[in-house]
Amino acid sequence: MSDGELIGSYIVPVHPHTVLVPEQNEGWGRLRDAFEDAAQRIKDSEADLLIIYSTTWPSIIGHQIISDPNPEWVMVDNDFHDLGSIPYSFNIDENFAHAWNEANQKRGLKSRTIAYHGFPIDVGSVVALKLLNPDNAIPAVIVSSNVYSNRAETTVLAKACMDVVKSTGRKAIAIAAMSLSNRMFTKPIEPKDDRIHSLKDDEWNHKILEFLSEGRLEDVGQLSRTIHQQIRVNKVVTFKPMWWLSGMNQNRNDLTGEVLAYEALHGAGGAVVHLDPAPSGTGDKEYDEDDVEYFSGERNVLDAEQSATEELVSNDSDTGDKIEQNGPALWEPTESEDSVNSAAAPKPVGAYPHARRVGDLLYLSGVGPRQPGTNAIPGGPIHDESGTTLDYDIKAQTQAVIDNITRILEEAGGSIDDVLDVTTFLVDMDRDFQGYNEVWAETLGQVGPTRTTLAIRALPTPIAVEMKVIAKAR
Amino acid sequence: MGSSMSKGEIVAGCIAPHPPHLVYAENPPQNEPKSEGGWEQLRWGYERLRESLADVEYDAIVLLSPHWQTYVGTHFLGLPHFKNLSVDPVFPNLFRYNYDLEIDVDLSRQIHDRASEAGLAVKMMENPDFRVDYGTITTGHMFNPVWDKPLVVISSNRSRHYYSVEVMQEMMIELGRVTREAILASGKKVVVIASNSLSHRHFTTESAIPEDMSKEHITSHAMHLWDMRMIDYFRSGQAQRILDEMPEFTEQAIAESDGGGLSWLLSTLDVPSYPAILHGYGTIIGTGNAIVEWPARNYKEASE
Repeated sequence: MSDGELIGSYIVPVHPHTVLVPEQNEGWGRLRDAFEDAAQRIKDSEADLLIIYSTTWPSIIGHQIISDPNPEWVMVDNDFHDLGSIPYSFNIDENFAHAWNEANQKRGLKSRTIAYHGFPIDVGSVVALKLLNPDNAIPAVIVSSNVYSNRAETTVLAKACMDVVKSTGRKAIAIAAMSLSNRMFTKPIEPKDDRIHSLKDDEWNHKILEFLSEGRLEDVGQLSRTIHQQIRVNKVVTFKPMWWLSGMNQNRNDLTGEVLAYEALHGAGGAVVHLDPAPSGTGDKEYDEDDVEYFSGERNVLDAEQSATEELVSNDSDTGDKIEQNGPALWEPTESEDSVNSAAAPKPVGAYPHARRVGDLLYLSGVGPRQPGTNAIPGGPIHDESGTTLDYDIKAQTQAVIDNITRILEEAGGSIDDVLDVTTFLVDMDRDFQGYNEVWAETLGQVGPTRTTLAIRALPTPIAVEMKVIAKAR
Repeated sequence: MGSSMSKGEIVAGCIAPHPPHLVYAENPPQNEPKSEGGWEQLRWGYERLRESLADVEYDAIVLLSPHWQTYVGTHFLGLPHFKNLSVDPVFPNLFRYNYDLEIDVDLSRQIHDRASEAGLAVKMMENPDFRVDYGTITTGHMFNPVWDKPLVVISSNRSRHYYSVEVMQEMMIELGRVTREAILASGKKVVVIASNSLSHRHFTTESAIPEDMSKEHITSHAMHLWDMRMIDYFRSGQAQRILDEMPEFTEQAIAESDGGGLSWLLSTLDVPSYPAILHGYGTIIGTGNAIVEWPARNYKEASE
């Protein structure tokens, strides 16, 4: 495992004034100076990746990540078009974008990469990259802000990102492009007349900045819903970038924070804030929200009917006891000195671990296609609760099995490349062997383990395929 | 073009929704992605709307687009010509459209000036690099694929988010009133269009084949009931009831009327009491969409 890490975080304002007309208002000028200060700090840190979460790029179908290596166009703001145009040409790390996208999907998120000529990079991202990375020396990646995402989804998005930062050995900077209070004046104003829209907004902004200057990022994350109610105009995207940024920082409350500038931008609160991961020595960690590893929210809305196995799902239990439900009971994985268990893998249907390490080898319990969290079966179950046979997709099930194996191996510090031997169980050899074999050829077939395939009468859950794996231990 | 010596006229008012899926399904040469069709109920609805207006003479299309979202007042496209590539930031896999459109700047400015005189915050958009929003392009294409009429494009002032549905509606009713006055004073014949969906709760997933119609349905029964309630009001000439129920509709159906288009349209039509024609209804990734026409040309006495 390499030693990638997040070496800093910044919060920056989104409106184009700091790029186009900083000279028209002293406050805008101070924000511009703070941007330049932040740019120098980033340069001095020897960061090799900028990760931008932008509130001015809303998405609906999960999260979207720019993967065009060189997006170029001219950005004109919807409101402030009279200030001018911003031509841009950015240096995007397409490999990181694709890896993050895959990591999102492994953690249950809906996600896709975007690499279309002429795709409109949003104003927040354009301002951030123009001012923080003016010579494009550091490759960047940009992610959208999902309109419907809750804290769990946003936290998992951050964890998936950090999976890739760590595994690729990057020294990354996280950037939240956002306003604090976002209420602007609803009429044009003279630049000299700019101020925070209301005293109430200003007071809340100062409270947020007080927390951030003390490095209490997670406290701001937990206040996010309250802040949204108090000082946020209910635009498409709410005050959720703090969830992402806190997730990127392991939900810490003891960062070293510094407010580089705080000024009004047409009434909205714009701040440049630097959060250094060095412990400040103050602030206790009081993380009392669900620490979600795998997103299992309401993402299955295209299907009007729940699958038979989805109806069997019960909530997680913190007790480790057997979970009562209608159907095969789900158990917490058995813990022992040599066991390897992953929150990103489906719960066992009995008292056993996901894997066990013995010497140089890793022995996995039988792995099926059930999805962690929801228990849903990609490709559909093979029969319903009453035993009526259903149509299903063996390719989707096989791929899901391999994805689950990958998650367990990654939990053990390895990868799918470590697989040595596989025993596969199919409930319908005649129907399914060909589809299973095609997916195998594209995945494990590329790795090259030995393989045995058996036909059996049934498996404990309504699935068509299960694999028993022996792998190298790392 | 109409003469400024004669009285202007609103020949029709329409709800013409803008999900980019419709253009994607049409496979016009301007759009880069190609499809196997889909959303036919709505596309046939657009066909019926176009047929309904095929023999009607008019000079310009005045359109309010919910996807040109402005927070500092209401803006108007203010240059005669816009040509660029429009890529939908939400569905770039479906919509990458090379547009080339004309603006009736005179009429734009006349509406702008009257709105300003009425105390509304307004601004002309005169930056030649500005990219016209995909909602305008989608509705513009579906309504008039040959693009042979100049447009007036009005932004969606998001006052609903800053204040309330009631304040939004008050402002949009005022904007509609001055839009109507400006059109009548211009001597031009005009079609006015609100480019919005009805209920607006999206699916958060997309099927592997976006045009797979076996996956398309309304997101919930409640959304369906609200859409049908509004359509009943459209068809029975009860525009005032729509305005009266706008706060509840907008909140409970998460309706795209939050952008002000529907309130503006009904005000521009002088709150019609004559029935509208429903040309089509269908869902797009779960949102409810109706294609509706108020044939104002047939009710001149009622509307002027």
